[in-house]
Amino acid sequence: MLNTLKNRFEQGYRTCAYPNEKPAVFDRYRGKPMVQKGVAAEIVEQCAKACPQDAIDVGQKKIDMGRCVFCGACERISNGEFVKFTKDFEISTSQKSHLLTDGNLPALARHSKQHFKRLFGRSLQLRQVSAAGCNACEADLNVLATPFFDLARFGINFVASPRHSDGIVVTGPVSRNMRTALLQTYEAIPSPKVVIAVGSCTITGGPFCGSPEIAEGLDTILPVDLFIPGCPPHPLTNLHALLTFFK
Amino acid sequence: MSNAFLEVSNGEAIAREKIVHLPFNAFQENALSIVKQGGKVVQYFGYKDQASIKLMAVLRTDKLLVATCDAPESYPSFTQICEPFHLFEREIAEQFGIRPEGHPWLKMVRYHPNYRDLPDVFGNDYTKDIPGNYAYYQVDGDEIHEVAVGPVHAGVIEPGHFRFNCIGERVLHLEIQLGYQHRAVENLLQGVQAKRLPILAENIAGDTTIGHGLCMAQAVEALTGVQPDNGAQVIRTIALELERLANHIGDLGALSGDVAFLPPANYFGRIRGDFLNLALLLCGNRFGKGLVRPGGVRFPLSDDIRKTLDERIKELKPQVEHVLELLFSASTVRTRFEDCGTVSTHDADRLGLVGPAGRASGLPYDARRCFPAEAYGRIEIPENKKTSGDVYARAKVRYDEVLQSIHIIQSLIWAPIETECVETGSFDLSPSSFVVTVNEAWRGEVSHVMVTDETGAILRYKVKDPSFHNWNGLSMALRDTGISDFPLNNKSFNLSYCGFDL
Repeated sequence: MLNTLKNRFEQGYRTCAYPNEKPAVFDRYRGKPMVQKGVAAEIVEQCAKACPQDAIDVGQKKIDMGRCVFCGACERISNGEFVKFTKDFEISTSQKSHLLTDGNLPALARHSKQHFKRLFGRSLQLRQVSAAGCNACEADLNVLATPFFDLARFGINFVASPRHSDGIVVTGPVSRNMRTALLQTYEAIPSPKVVIAVGSCTITGGPFCGSPEIAEGLDTILPVDLFIPGCPPHPLTNLHALLTFFK
Repeated sequence: MSNAFLEVSNGEAIAREKIVHLPFNAFQENALSIVKQGGKVVQYFGYKDQASIKLMAVLRTDKLLVATCDAPESYPSFTQICEPFHLFEREIAEQFGIRPEGHPWLKMVRYHPNYRDLPDVFGNDYTKDIPGNYAYYQVDGDEIHEVAVGPVHAGVIEPGHFRFNCIGERVLHLEIQLGYQHRAVENLLQGVQAKRLPILAENIAGDTTIGHGLCMAQAVEALTGVQPDNGAQVIRTIALELERLANHIGDLGALSGDVAFLPPANYFGRIRGDFLNLALLLCGNRFGKGLVRPGGVRFPLSDDIRKTLDERIKELKPQVEHVLELLFSASTVRTRFEDCGTVSTHDADRLGLVGPAGRASGLPYDARRCFPAEAYGRIEIPENKKTSGDVYARAKVRYDEVLQSIHIIQSLIWAPIETECVETGSFDLSPSSFVVTVNEAWRGEVSHVMVTDETGAILRYKVKDPSFHNWNGLSMALRDTGISDFPLNNKSFNLSYCGFDL
C-alpha cells in the first residue's frame, strides 16, 4: 500500500494543458508542410521525382497531405527551398481536396458541420475499425486514453459497440478482406453518424498505393466527414481534429 | 552436423549459383534432418524463377543454412514430421498452389487466390470476401459451446477472428484465423520503385518499424556492397532498443490493466509515450519512420540530441524501475500471472516460438546474440533466467529486457561517433544474388530475404514477422485455460496481425 502511494506521489499530475496551451514537440517533428514562395519549377520537379509517395503536384506547387507520409525527403533534397515542415500539428481538414496544400489550410472549425457540434459537442462516442494499416495509427489513437492526453475529459470516448457510438474512426487502407466487416460496423451505427479517416493509408492508400488488395481512399466507400493526415498522425493532431471539429 | 545446405552469414550477399540446388528428395531429407536435430525454420517459401517454381529454405542451427529445389506440384508434407514447417507449408500452398500431402491442418493463411491461377488448394471462392467464411474446427459434445470474436474487436486494435471451443469457462481449443489485413506487401516490394522500398518496409508493422526497416536496409546494403558507417550502426541500435522499450513497457502496462491493477497500467501507458517521443527526438516520428535507410540513417546524433536523450532516460529510468517494482511485488498480480497460460518448453520448441514468448518458455534464442548485426557484436545480451512458460515468465522477460535496453542505450549515447547521413535514392542491386537478414525486434526474429534476377531486379522479396511463428503459441497457451484469461494471455504475447497478414 505504501509502495502504491509512493509511486502515485512520484508520478504526479501529467495531463497536458492542450488546447489551452500547446505542448512542445521535439525539433525534428515534421508537421504542416509550408511551401516556400517563388520556388523554381525545376526544384519542385526534383522533389516530386524523389518523393516516395508521389505526393507533390508540380503544376500547383502543392503537397497532397493525404498521400504524404511526412518523411521529409523533399525538404532535405531541396534544402528547404521547396518546402519546410513546421512543428504545427494542427493539420486536419473536412474536405479531401483541402489536403492538397501549400501550407495555408482553411480553418477546420469553420468547416465543421454545425449539427455535429450541436449533437456531439458535449458527448462523442466513437467506434474504431482497424482496416489493414500498420497499427501505428491505432497505437497513436490508443494513447489518447493515457493520462497525458486524457481524451475522456472532453467527453470523447472509444466504445466497444457500434450500437453505442456516434461515429466510426477508420484506420488502414481497407483491404478486400476487411471491407465487409467495415461496412457492417458502419451499418450498425445509428444515424446521424460521423466518419473519420485517420492516416494516409485510409485517406489515399498511403504506402500501399497500387496494391489490388486495398481501396485507395475511404471516401470511395463511405462519406468521410473528417480527414486526419499523417503516417501516423501525431496524437496531438488527432486531439486537435476531434476538439476543433466537434466542440 | 553434415548436410548439403550452404552455410551463410546474416546479411551476406551470396551469388545464387553458389546456393545448393538439390533434387527435391535430398532437399527434404536434409531440411528435415536439420530441424529434427534442433534446427529451426527462418524462412521457407516458393518463388517463380523464369518458367519454373522453386522452393527455398533458410534454416538456423548456430549457423544460417540455405538450399533450394524445384517445387513439385505436390509432396508429402514436412509438417507430419517437423511442426515448425506447419505455417510455411500452408503459405506456399496459398501463394503457389503447391499441395503438401498429409498436412495435419491444411487451411488458408491470408485468404487470397494463388499467384499462378491454379485451382485453389483449399477450395475457397475468393469472390466471397470473408476470410472467416470457412468451417472452423469444432469440438462435439452436449456441454460444448463456441465463442466467436472478431474481426472487429472491442478495443482500438487490429482485426482477426478468434474461435473458442469451450466447456463451461474452460477453453478446449482456440482457433485463430487472420488474413483480414492482407495488403499484398511482398508483391508490392517486388514491383515498386526503389524510393518506395523503405516506406513499405517501415509499414509492414508500424510497431516494428525499426525491426523491418533494418532487415530491408541490411538486405539492400548487402546487394549494393554498401557498408553503413559505425555511427549509423550505433544510431540504428539505439533506435531498435527504444522500439523494444516502448513496446515492452506498453505491454507491461496492458498486462497490469488486464489484472485490474490500474496504477502501473496508467503510469506505463504514459511512460511508453515518453519513449515513443524519444524516437521522435531522433528522427521526427514516434515510431522511428524515416530513420533507417539503405546505407545508414537519415538523421545524425548531434550533441543537443544526445544531451536531451541522456537527460530524459536518466529521468525515466527510476520511474520505470519503481513502477516495475510496484507491478511485480503486488501479490494480486503474481497470483494472476503465475501458472496462467503455460506453454511448455517442449511445445514451444516444436512450434518454433521466437522472441520473448520463446525465451519465457526456455528457448534462449536471441538474434542479437546469435547473429549480431549493427552494434550488437560489441554488446553482451544475457540469457533470461525465468523460463516457466506462463504469463509471469513472459512478463518477466520483458522486465529484464526493459532494464537491459535502458542500459544498452545509456552505454551508446556518448559513444564518440560521427555519421554521414543518407537520403533514399535509386540503387542497383547485384544481379543473380541472394541475401537473408535477421534482426531481433521486440517481438523476436524478423527476417527478410531478397533474391534478384540476372538484371538485378527483385525476383522474390520474402518477409517474415516473428508473429508468424508465435500465433500458434497463443492457441497453445489457451488450452485448458479459463476463457476470461484470454485477454491476459493475448497481451502477454501481443502479436502482430498486420505483420502476419502482410
